[in-house]
Amino acid sequence: MEILLGGILLGGTYALIAMGLQLQYGVSRIMNLANGEVLVAGSFCAFWLFMGAQVNPILAIIVIAPAAYILNWFIYTYFLRPLVKRSKTQGHLEVDSILSTFGISFIFIGLMHAIFGGEYFNYEYLEIPYEIFGQAYGVNRIIAFICAVIFALSLYVWLSKTRSGLKLRAVSVNPESAKLVGIDVDKTSAMAFSLGGAVTAAGGSLISMFDTFDASIGVVFTMKALIIVILGGVKEIKGTIVAAFVLGLAETAVATLIDPGLTLAAAFLLFILVLLFRPQGLFGRESP
Amino acid sequence: MTKKEVRNFLIAMALFVLAALLPIADSGYWLSIGVTIATYMVLSTSWALFSGPTHYISLATGAFYGIGMFIVGGGIDLLPYWMLVVIAGCAGAILAALIGLATLRLSGVYFVIFTLGLAEFVRQIVTWIQTTMGSSSGLYVLTDLNDTIIYWELLVLGALVYLIGWWINRSRLGFALRIIGNDEVVAVHCGINTAYSKVILFIFSGTVATIVGALLAPRLSYIESNIAFSPMLSFIVVITALLGGAQKLWGPIVGVIPFMLVWDFLTATFPNQTTLMLGICFLLVVYLIPNGFAGLIEKYLPLRHQER
Repeated sequence: MEILLGGILLGGTYALIAMGLQLQYGVSRIMNLANGEVLVAGSFCAFWLFMGAQVNPILAIIVIAPAAYILNWFIYTYFLRPLVKRSKTQGHLEVDSILSTFGISFIFIGLMHAIFGGEYFNYEYLEIPYEIFGQAYGVNRIIAFICAVIFALSLYVWLSKTRSGLKLRAVSVNPESAKLVGIDVDKTSAMAFSLGGAVTAAGGSLISMFDTFDASIGVVFTMKALIIVILGGVKEIKGTIVAAFVLGLAETAVATLIDPGLTLAAAFLLFILVLLFRPQGLFGRESP
Repeated sequence: MTKKEVRNFLIAMALFVLAALLPIADSGYWLSIGVTIATYMVLSTSWALFSGPTHYISLATGAFYGIGMFIVGGGIDLLPYWMLVVIAGCAGAILAALIGLATLRLSGVYFVIFTLGLAEFVRQIVTWIQTTMGSSSGLYVLTDLNDTIIYWELLVLGALVYLIGWWINRSRLGFALRIIGNDEVVAVHCGINTAYSKVILFIFSGTVATIVGALLAPRLSYIESNIAFSPMLSFIVVITALLGGAQKLWGPIVGVIPFMLVWDFLTATFPNQTTLMLGICFLLVVYLIPNGFAGLIEKYLPLRHQER
């Protein structure tokens, strides 16, 4: 029970981060390896606002998300669009974008390291224990979970029910055909990329409420988000959400039963199993 | 062999002998940076043998390297050193084969992600084994091998990598890999077993990286998982190989030497900004010199093309 609840609480936040990456990879076709750094930047902003002005991390998202949107829009327009134009095939674009986003992620780490230093950070916000089934959980964890679920659900509804969401999905399915029905693919890709960044940064702000972080931890979150996206199946929002909970549960199980130092190893094992037995993801369709 | 190949071979031999004389000229700073350059030369060249033609970015170098170090560190009291190097090579080959079989059937992205996490994964496992077995977190490797001998060992290994790389490029395997790199669908239709060719090359590259780790273990003398599995190593290998040009066998070495000299200067001057600088290097290579120095040389020396 303890594992189940802990896993679900963790999975909620993971779902949000992975949806950010899913938007960037599924729609804009950019494998953004700087995703985790955007998340950590969000965490740092929340930390800074909280320590400096006592701003509630959830309210801080109102500032952080638009800021991350603008930042990611700049990254897409000035760094990634030239690559999209330059590359001839999807494979070529992948190699280029991987290398370029690695560079961007290192620059992020370097800057954050220069500004905040290399220590671990955390702050105390709503650290009140709350009992569910005889086991205490911090209220901050539960609030983070609820917020993440609200964000993820509204994103899901927006994608599946509205006209602008439909545009995004059309580009994700086939950019060439999307052009034929009058969708500005370039603009939509930029928007999806920026939105993904904003969602990720919001996730970072939520995570900072209950977790410690430092300048170089981003890659761990990138890994986890990537594993979730692949586990759920690329371009499958529903799959992403389910996979996030699977990963949250697996990590919590390993951390409680074996050793807390092995969480990434658990995620990795899951990844290997998916690659071996179901490379298209749990919900993915067989690629043609 | 054609006349040109004989000439190139002689030039390579001369350079090799020249490089081997370095420890006689200087045994301080230049030898130490020579060892670093030789290390990255071997790592980048073997990396480029796999990643150059296939365009699969491998970030597993650090993991293999660390495993090599730990095999030496764990067994130095039990077995002779040379045997450990052999064991390290075999272990690297087996691990590379397993990874290759699991991931190389799929698209390149999966492979990148997998190798990105591999070093951290192995590090967590090693740390966990050490804590559960109750041993200390570090291992001592005390031998009488000094920098000069390590440098020569690396040079010989580098020469072997070059010879094998040259042979692969001429063989059916190299031809198959170039086709895969250009268009995998075409390669499949030509009847090439793409997964097999990729796995073989990956095994070679992984084995070399593991042996390099094993060779360098005596230099560190104290091995800890945080140092052995440093993620920076994999990235520096990628950047040097790309800077030089991964498409040519001699490309990486053209990238390694200037990069390591500049890098050594930069890290000494700004020790806290290494990550930032690595990021800038990545962007510079991707945007300004996408084909590396080798690409630039080929472009601005069109005479070489006409010779053929």
